[in-house]
Amino acid sequence: MKTKWSKTLSLALICSLSVPVAAIADNLFAGTNAKWKAECGSCHVAYPAQLLPTSSWQRMMKGLDKHFGTDASVDTSTAAEIGAFLEKHAGSKRGIAGETTMRVSETAWFEREHRKVDAATWKNIKVKSAANCAACHTAAEAGDYRERGIRIPQQEITR
Amino acid sequence: MHIRIHSRLAVLAAACAFAGANAFAATPAEMRKDFEAAAKTAMPGFSGLSAARGEQFFKTTHGKDWSCATCHGVRPVTDGKHTVTGKLITPLAPVANASRTDLAKTEKWFKRNCSDVLGRECTAAEKGDVLEYLLTLNKG
Repeated sequence: MKTKWSKTLSLALICSLSVPVAAIADNLFAGTNAKWKAECGSCHVAYPAQLLPTSSWQRMMKGLDKHFGTDASVDTSTAAEIGAFLEKHAGSKRGIAGETTMRVSETAWFEREHRKVDAATWKNIKVKSAANCAACHTAAEAGDYRERGIRIPQQEITR
Repeated sequence: MHIRIHSRLAVLAAACAFAGANAFAATPAEMRKDFEAAAKTAMPGFSGLSAARGEQFFKTTHGKDWSCATCHGVRPVTDGKHTVTGKLITPLAPVANASRTDLAKTEKWFKRNCSDVLGRECTAAEKGDVLEYLLTLNKG
């Protein structure tokens, strides 16, 4: 009986500890919007709003017809809804290099997080681009970029 | 006269209710028909859609870096891949993908992708030809 109680107690203790740990776990991004997911997620993973500041998102939403070399324009009401969602969740303390950068990969946060990724991985055909988050972050679609979801793809053997 | 106007209004109301309920759903065959009709309106001498012309259009570049096939593949019955980001694109051909039945979405992507591939919007004839080509593709 005593053992059972102590087991319950230790389980409760573990749970109470793991809650704050999970809550502060970095690189798990909350917040979703159906239009953001559909529109921003059709050519690349819908990047979490937290990864860029408001000023960047505002600049981005004004130039969707020339979006990194492609036309990604959306109708006015969709743009307004997505813009509001992005601004609501925009990042504020990710050490953004240049306040209006539109490339997440140019932020100090991105560079710091990826400093251990070697050059061969970036060149891997399965990775191809720093825009291809899901190549390594297997749960990226769910906004989950935590360490536990990372699987670096193996280079294909070429002859 | 009144009866005529009323019946027209009724048809219009029914059409609106239908469109609302289906969120601009249209089968590829219906879209093909609409593109052909629009092409005939734009060019009175238009002789009809052509799968061969559509295939040619799909696989060649038009003065810029990409063709349709660059991202959708030369036989779009399988997944394509975005040439910049590497993201998978589900098959274009209706035979391999039953989900492409949203007219607004079709027009949205034609607008964007024609801008990327041709630097302008596509004509109804060009869109219709591509659809005609896609409809000829089999899975095998």
